[in-house]
Amino acid sequence: MTRVLEVHDLEKNFGGVVAAHNINVAVEIGETIGIIGANGAGKTTFVNMVTGYLKPSSGRIEFMGKNVVGLQPRDVTKLGLCRSFQVPQVFLSESIFDNMMVAYGIAERSGLGLFAPLHTEERAAKVDAQLKRYQIDDYRDMAASALPQGVRKLLDIAMATVRNPKLVMLDEPTSGISVEEKFGLMDIIMQALREEETTVMFIEHDMEIVERFVDRVWAFYQGQVICDATTAEAMKDEKVREFVIGQEYHPAHVEGGVHA
Amino acid sequence: MNRLFDKTFWGLTIGLVGLLALNFFLEEWMRSIGLQSLSRGCVAIGLLILWRTGLVSFGHALFFGFGAYTVAMMQILGVNDLFVLLICGMATAGFLAFFLGFLLRKYRAIFFALLNMAFSMILYGVLAKAEWLGSTDGFGVKQVSFIGMTPADDMYRPLLFVCAAFFAYISAVGAHWYLKSTLGMMTMAVRENEIRVEYLGYSAEKAIHVKYVLSGLLAGVGGVIMAVTVGHVDPDSMVYWPVSGDFVFITILAGTGNVGATFIGALVYELLRTYAFEFAPHLWQLILGGSLLLIIMFLPDGLWSIRSELRNRRELRQAKRDSDNRAAEVRR
Repeated sequence: MTRVLEVHDLEKNFGGVVAAHNINVAVEIGETIGIIGANGAGKTTFVNMVTGYLKPSSGRIEFMGKNVVGLQPRDVTKLGLCRSFQVPQVFLSESIFDNMMVAYGIAERSGLGLFAPLHTEERAAKVDAQLKRYQIDDYRDMAASALPQGVRKLLDIAMATVRNPKLVMLDEPTSGISVEEKFGLMDIIMQALREEETTVMFIEHDMEIVERFVDRVWAFYQGQVICDATTAEAMKDEKVREFVIGQEYHPAHVEGGVHA
Repeated sequence: MNRLFDKTFWGLTIGLVGLLALNFFLEEWMRSIGLQSLSRGCVAIGLLILWRTGLVSFGHALFFGFGAYTVAMMQILGVNDLFVLLICGMATAGFLAFFLGFLLRKYRAIFFALLNMAFSMILYGVLAKAEWLGSTDGFGVKQVSFIGMTPADDMYRPLLFVCAAFFAYISAVGAHWYLKSTLGMMTMAVRENEIRVEYLGYSAEKAIHVKYVLSGLLAGVGGVIMAVTVGHVDPDSMVYWPVSGDFVFITILAGTGNVGATFIGALVYELLRTYAFEFAPHLWQLILGGSLLLIIMFLPDGLWSIRSELRNRRELRQAKRDSDNRAAEVRR
């Protein structure tokens, strides 16, 4: 398998605060990676560095074999590395449909001609297909500001993936979503992304979600990756249990049981 | 319907034909008001584009004045053809906007608004102080020729009006088509969420820069029309900050819903000012201020919102009729 992403010796300091230290990780094509860690562990900083929003203090980030350190988010996006946000970043005043139209308009090269109208039937068809894929077509004409949180999150991800990225990083896709809805939401997201054969990496606090959807876990603690292992191994890892999960988490199968 | 030739396009076209027809009957003072409305309308379209991007400029008299002064300076150099002057005026205003854009694209909100004003006041100061730039007296602007033709005296103003109407028409249609394109819709995108724009793969600053240059070009067109219309350029009537305020006034008055409304707004503003000055020479500012207050209180989205308001009411009435009919059928 080829590597989508390789990160070497990544460091980031904000003044005296170490936000990333000695991060060395890699992602294979088709993998699903779960990033876990307490608040302030450096998860979002990591995503921000990989997608060009923050410049690392030192280190190398290679996406599809190309060094992306120093590139702007827009350049990284164009290479095929996209992200969603913990707080959905959408065009609040507009309908879901128009949000997606603009997203496709910008993503398509041909969309940017002078006087090339935004609204074309071809583009509308693409938008509707994407809305269906993320199962938010029922909200098509509703303003983004009026949407339920879960739908807005799906819209954010649907907009992030209009370029059919090779790797997508989801920053807490289920934050702010009720417990009952979380699994349904993740099912929709993962199904849609697998349809496009996208490699996925997501930040998540809910260990049940991690166990269900993730192949491999990176556990962050104080800016360092303290564990890079398969999900089952990570859940048993002592450091992960102490610093990330906390002692109150005791799912049956860690003690040797089977998935309920 | 073809996507480019939509209702607004035909509306503007009918407006142009109407103006050309009216031209035969207009009194000279009316024609003057018309010319000034067309001139300010062009500038206000530029402000509309910025407004939709979430930016307000309190200093577009800078580009307006640049266009106007270009006319005077080019005449001194011996260029006297309206079309050449127009291209020169647009070019100088556009280049200025292009250079200033590198700085202004980094600023938003009140900083953007006032930085524009600062630049316009710098130009004002330079023009007012420099003897060779006419100082506070400015320059006179001679009668222009039209592609080499010099019409008879009684045909000069009507012909000027025809040209101005065409310039404004082309500006309006161009701006309208642009705003419907993906690049034009970027105005909304940048206003609503720059982070999303970046992560879709486009530079928000670049988008703002392009819109700034467009607004500069349009202000240049307005400046050229104004200089030729009033036959004189001076710092106080072309570059001083209240001139920028006029454009903001028109934009608020017209609303940002449609480029056609901008010209209606410009005309209403011109009439308001003319009549306020005529009937209450000591209170005309009060009348203008009062009208602005009323607009903001009762029509915060400008004149254009009257139209959507009427349409909503019509639809409501229609819906009510439909439900009444259905109820009647059920009873039957």
